[in-house]
Amino acid sequence: MAEAAQTGQGPLTTIVDDWSSDVTTFKAVPWGKAMMWIFLLSDTFIFTSFLVSYMAVRMTQTDAWPEPSAVFSLEAFGTPVPLLLIAIMTFILITSSGTMAMAVNMGYRKRKVAVFWLMFATALLGASFVGMQAFEWTKLITDEGVRAWQNPMGAPQFGSFFFMITGFHGLHVSAGVVYLLIVAIRVLRGRYDNTSFEIVEITGLYWHFVDLVWVFIFAFFYLW
Amino acid sequence: MATAEIPYQETVPLHHPKTWIGKYVFSQDHKVIAVQYGITAMAVGLVALFLSDLMRIQIAFPGFMEWFVEDYYYQAITMHGMIMVIYLLTAFLLGAFGNFTVPLMCGARDMVFPFVNMLSYWVYLLSVIILLLGYIPGLGGPTGAGWTLYPPQTITEGTPGADWGITTMLASLAVFIVAFTMGGLNYITTILQARTRGMSLMRLPLTVWGIFVATFLGLLAFPALFVSAIMMILDLKIGTSFFMPAIVSLGQTLAYDGGQPLLFQHLFWFFGHPEVYIVALPAFGVVSDLISVHARKNIFGYRLMVWALVFIGILSFIVWAHHMFVAGMHPYFGFFFATTTLIIAVPTAIKVYNWILTLWKANIKLTVPMLYALSFVLTFIMGGITGLFLGNVIIDIPLSDTYFVVAHFHMVMGVSPILAIFGGIYHWYPKLTGRMLNDTLGKWHFWITFLGTYIIYFPMHYLGFIGVPRRYYENFESSFYPVSAQHLNEIITWTALVVGVAQLLYVINLVHSYFYGKPAGDNPWGANSLEWCTPETPPGHGNWGDRLPTVHRWAYDYSVPGSEKDFIPQTVPQGQTS
Repeated sequence: MAEAAQTGQGPLTTIVDDWSSDVTTFKAVPWGKAMMWIFLLSDTFIFTSFLVSYMAVRMTQTDAWPEPSAVFSLEAFGTPVPLLLIAIMTFILITSSGTMAMAVNMGYRKRKVAVFWLMFATALLGASFVGMQAFEWTKLITDEGVRAWQNPMGAPQFGSFFFMITGFHGLHVSAGVVYLLIVAIRVLRGRYDNTSFEIVEITGLYWHFVDLVWVFIFAFFYLW
Repeated sequence: MATAEIPYQETVPLHHPKTWIGKYVFSQDHKVIAVQYGITAMAVGLVALFLSDLMRIQIAFPGFMEWFVEDYYYQAITMHGMIMVIYLLTAFLLGAFGNFTVPLMCGARDMVFPFVNMLSYWVYLLSVIILLLGYIPGLGGPTGAGWTLYPPQTITEGTPGADWGITTMLASLAVFIVAFTMGGLNYITTILQARTRGMSLMRLPLTVWGIFVATFLGLLAFPALFVSAIMMILDLKIGTSFFMPAIVSLGQTLAYDGGQPLLFQHLFWFFGHPEVYIVALPAFGVVSDLISVHARKNIFGYRLMVWALVFIGILSFIVWAHHMFVAGMHPYFGFFFATTTLIIAVPTAIKVYNWILTLWKANIKLTVPMLYALSFVLTFIMGGITGLFLGNVIIDIPLSDTYFVVAHFHMVMGVSPILAIFGGIYHWYPKLTGRMLNDTLGKWHFWITFLGTYIIYFPMHYLGFIGVPRRYYENFESSFYPVSAQHLNEIITWTALVVGVAQLLYVINLVHSYFYGKPAGDNPWGANSLEWCTPETPPGHGNWGDRLPTVHRWAYDYSVPGSEKDFIPQTVPQGQTS
């Protein structure tokens, strides 16, 4: 089979080759990276369960469901702009994925100081996302009177699912910020000097995942 | 096959613990963690066994134990079910067998992340402690909602433990899932990325394959339980209405509105059905290896056995609603899920035929592990066939909530995996401790347990057919079924008590043989797989000494014509016989 791969018989042959080989199935993939991928697969099922439950309950609701463009609007220069805050939050989180990707690149070039600052910037963007989420929650709770168990605009499940799912995601982002900072400081202190800095990529995998999940939450809560 | 790759673990040194605590308590050695998992699971399993005997006494002799009131009965039902399924079977098959066999059979020094692996055990222990906190006196006791925890009754007043008990239960489940995830990620990564030279996936013993597929199922199914636990805690504690509809309870309109009780059932069984296979697949794997070793013959249809495991795993995710035929789903759903359920019989039957064909004309040694393996096959066939009855909507509906269901799931996922676990323990104990378990005690334990379970569960099928409902505290005199039904119940209870007490034989055997058992040597069964090729018995920290073993063949070269011994270990090069 190894000969077949060397003669270049197409992608399927090489996949079969990897899966029928000894020692490692995913070649040149460090243990931590493989483990992070499998963990994210499991975590995907958690968020999927949350979002499917949300859809199921929302579709069978008889009470009115609040209009997202009205609930989530923000006053800017005297006029209410729908989804303004969410647009900024989403922009910030997507940007943080960009800085994370740059950090991974710098990691493989072993430019530790650049890695540190890029990861630090990523963490900062993440923290500001969580901060804005806190602002949004405060606005919903104090101005609109939405609680996890009640909602003056209709179905109480709106508040329940909103706080539960964005809260769970916010916890992921907060954990990610801590994770980023720890890895960034360890990179600077030279803890990973004997490795090929795959830890930066592993951290990045988690961060991009949290970012991707937000895209789905955004679509299901704010655009539906 | 490419064999040029040097296993990464051979290039990095292992950190050996220096203190006694580091070696035996907070140990990162997978074998010690396996023992910790095993002892904790067995201890909590004995609690569940005790509860089941209390329930049996109540069923057969109502009024005999005056203190055993209705609430206690329902709490015993719930705790018995949950402990057996999650904290004993899942924890033992994956936590104990998974930890012990995966690195040894893959030829690894340890799990890929031993520290995370150690945390997995301690978090599991925490989940057990939280579960048992439900029994703190004065707080209403553990939940009595039945192990399925269906809302709205689970968290409405009137159900035992509707406040404190259900909180500890849900918290304990969430913590258990964290523990399982930490262990499970380790098993999968070790199997995929940390095998030794020459060990391809298709040379792995079937035990490892069973654990591999089951762990995947766990990582994808437990999230649904985790989510439903969070949502139910929120319903209970802060008054959301995820699962709770508008409801009038005890004359009071509760504050809930607009939730979906059926959603919980879907989430629960999306976890709950794969859970059956999380328990069954490792048992399949263990039994395949036991049968092959003790029948001195290669496993029949190895590749098909592997693919059957994989297909059962995939199918197990699209059959969950067969637990909900009477829940009020759309009938077309029932049609779909009945069809997928019956399709699972195909890969399962392949496995059973392959076990039987492995035994065909084999040199069968009736050792204690083999007795357990054979009894597993028999019990699994019995339980599996009644599964075909319950998988059909039209037969399931009249049999729902009768003792037929109790008999079915106890045979197929209670007794069968336990028999496989016993078989595995009798098989691997010599490697774990260096001593054999006592054969006579083992055989007594086997025959009492095996015959006992049949006397217990066989009559239950009949009780179900004549309509005896399950989960009833007391079967009052009723014209629906004859007096003989109650006499059967008495026979079942006496047998259950005997089988319960007989487990002491096994505990005594484990402890006694640890000190006074016959020395086992490196390979008492003449088995081929890598765990029997370690340089020391019991294997030391790091398992293999300086250099990892090299694998040259699959694990099933038994009774090969022309070889001097009837087994050829995996480390023997091709063309040689010993």
